[in-house]
Amino acid sequence: MESKGYLWTRRSVGLVSLILVVATVIYGLWITPPDVIQGNLVRLIYVHPPVAWVAYLAYGVTSIASVLYLWKRTRNIKWDLLAASSAEVGVIFTGLTLITGSIWGRPAWGVWWTWDARLTTTALLFVLYLGYLALRRVPADNHRRATRSAIAGLVAFVDVPIVHQSVVWWRTLHQSATVLNSSLSLKIHGVMAWTLLLGFIAFTFVYVWMLMHRYEIATIEQEALDAELEQLLEERQHESEIELAEDVLGDAQVDQPSKVY
Amino acid sequence: MWRDVILIAVKDLRIELRSKVTANQILPFSLVVLIIFAFALDTSPATLQKVAPGLFWVAVLFSAIFSVERATAIESDQNAGDGLLIYGVDPGGIFLGKVLSTFIQLFFLEVVLLAGVVVLYSPKVAGWPLVLLSSLFATLGICGAGVMYSQLASGSKAKQTLLPLLLIPIVSPVLLAGTKAWQDGFSGSGTLGDPWLRLLIIFAVVYLALGTIFYSAILED
Amino acid sequence: MSKFFPADGRGAIPNRLYSMQSLVSFKNVIAVSGNFPVLTGFDVEIGPSEIVLLRGRNGAGKTSFLRAVAGLLRVTRGQAKVLGVDVVARPADVRQRVGFLGHESFLYEDLTARENVKFVLKATRSDTNLLDSALDAVGLGGRLSSLKVSKMSAGQKKKVALASLIARAPELWLLDEPHTSLDSWTRGVLDATLNLAVEHGSTVLLVSHEAHHGSLMPSRIIDVAGGKVGGDTVVNETNSKKVLLSKGGSGNVA
Repeated sequence: MESKGYLWTRRSVGLVSLILVVATVIYGLWITPPDVIQGNLVRLIYVHPPVAWVAYLAYGVTSIASVLYLWKRTRNIKWDLLAASSAEVGVIFTGLTLITGSIWGRPAWGVWWTWDARLTTTALLFVLYLGYLALRRVPADNHRRATRSAIAGLVAFVDVPIVHQSVVWWRTLHQSATVLNSSLSLKIHGVMAWTLLLGFIAFTFVYVWMLMHRYEIATIEQEALDAELEQLLEERQHESEIELAEDVLGDAQVDQPSKVY
Repeated sequence: MWRDVILIAVKDLRIELRSKVTANQILPFSLVVLIIFAFALDTSPATLQKVAPGLFWVAVLFSAIFSVERATAIESDQNAGDGLLIYGVDPGGIFLGKVLSTFIQLFFLEVVLLAGVVVLYSPKVAGWPLVLLSSLFATLGICGAGVMYSQLASGSKAKQTLLPLLLIPIVSPVLLAGTKAWQDGFSGSGTLGDPWLRLLIIFAVVYLALGTIFYSAILED
Repeated sequence: MSKFFPADGRGAIPNRLYSMQSLVSFKNVIAVSGNFPVLTGFDVEIGPSEIVLLRGRNGAGKTSFLRAVAGLLRVTRGQAKVLGVDVVARPADVRQRVGFLGHESFLYEDLTARENVKFVLKATRSDTNLLDSALDAVGLGGRLSSLKVSKMSAGQKKKVALASLIARAPELWLLDEPHTSLDSWTRGVLDATLNLAVEHGSTVLLVSHEAHHGSLMPSRIIDVAGGKVGGDTVVNETNSKKVLLSKGGSGNVA
């Protein structure tokens, strides 16, 4: 389906991602020092924030692609496929954010879950986009599915700041300060900062690589669907001729009643 | 467009007056929710008074899901929605009309529900204006997002399960803000400048605007 | 009946003169519904004041064609113009000018016949004074008009839908088996109405298996098969009997 250039780009991105992730792992696990308070637990910082960033990035891409589909001048089914692919990757990364957050939270706070503002927003985001993906699975023709999903994707993204604001107020206006803020105020410097930056870049590359893969599959699926439709179209056009021939034959029988009856 | 808003709202309300789905089914359901909450929690007045605002809004949200579902089902029954397009009714007008009609129905439901809360949970209400105003905008927001999502999910065989999945996360800020605004109103600590009220107003405005803009695309796809 | 079609051309419907212009112009139209190609290259040109009878087997695409003309079914490929408007780009502008009577009545079951028709008239910004005469015209005046539609029989429901159509007097009538479940008296009313509408410049497209039993004489018969036009026959005095009785025209009669 795609050109050689696409394949080549995808593979290069994959290779770069692999190298960057390996580098992040090496730096994160061996080269950076453990934290005074959190010990080795602090190493999660090279994973958790980058993963969360990718989730937001993915939803951002979904929204932009949705807008481009809704806008008539740029309307193309490819934007719909891109939006869907990005949302799927986004949901995976949101899930990873929640999991890494919990892994961090368990030893740090003694609980798997805390009603921290960011964590709560992330959880809501997770179900929000699960809903988006569920809506996509409602059977409909291309345009219908694409329009509905684009609107849902866009509206979900508009909802994110409102959700976040409400949750932040919920946790701050009425006391019980967030645990995360106090534990996050560790001093990040030198090699740690660079490793964190490396983590962000590495996971962004991983995102692009996954997105390209998912988009490719989506395109192939769409092409298969289109081909099936095209085949149905041909079959039906052919049927048309057969039906007509049969009907003409039927007329002949009306004119001269057959002896069978 | 405003003509169409009234036209659709009056028609939907007339249908409700005939079929009494909200009055005979959704309203009793919301009262049942209030009662089972008391079962699930505790019957001690202190607990119930504390959680009353939250329970009220959860009950409203559940009822709203049925209401907005019903609002769009009216048009899909005999394909009447296609009829509206043929008659040249403005899609934005259809949206706002349906929002208006569900808003009125839900507001009546809330009045009865509030009476239920007062009787069953005996909370003390100090600041009525905030309670009233926040209810107004919270309900508008729920109806706006609800009607839009109900139409988005229509045509799906799994609509009954899909709609709550889509709608509840979207309107979760309303649930939060409505509850908090009521808590402030009940305790008398909140003024009309309450940040929660502001959030409710923003939510209502955003979703009414989004719905009006996108409804034609949702209907005509 | 003629009050719905005033002669001065400034009433509910003006006398429309489309000259040589085509009212419905479909060129290789393909439409898809739920990933199934319902129209597979529909080609047709229909002019003003025609009564076009669409024939074909079940699932041939007759209803889909009517829906596409009405701007209710999205055309995915090909050119489609209705009443001079590109229905692909501006379906809303077409919809308001057509009258559609389908298998689904568009009626609200919890409203009465009168309320339903009145709603349509208000929604279309038509003259609500025509309400009673429209109901009378289909025999739903008096007590019947205040009966809830949900309590009506299939035929009566169809009459309600018909009443709102008659009162609107659209430029283009799209009727999907309008005669089904109607009593013979109402069929007569329907046929007379359509004949009158055509005299006043309207065009009628109807799917029917029994149109030739009444006083409604199609001017053209289009056979639909496999989502496209299979035969197109102009009806005239010499061939009328033959083409009307045949099950499917091969197109060579005309």
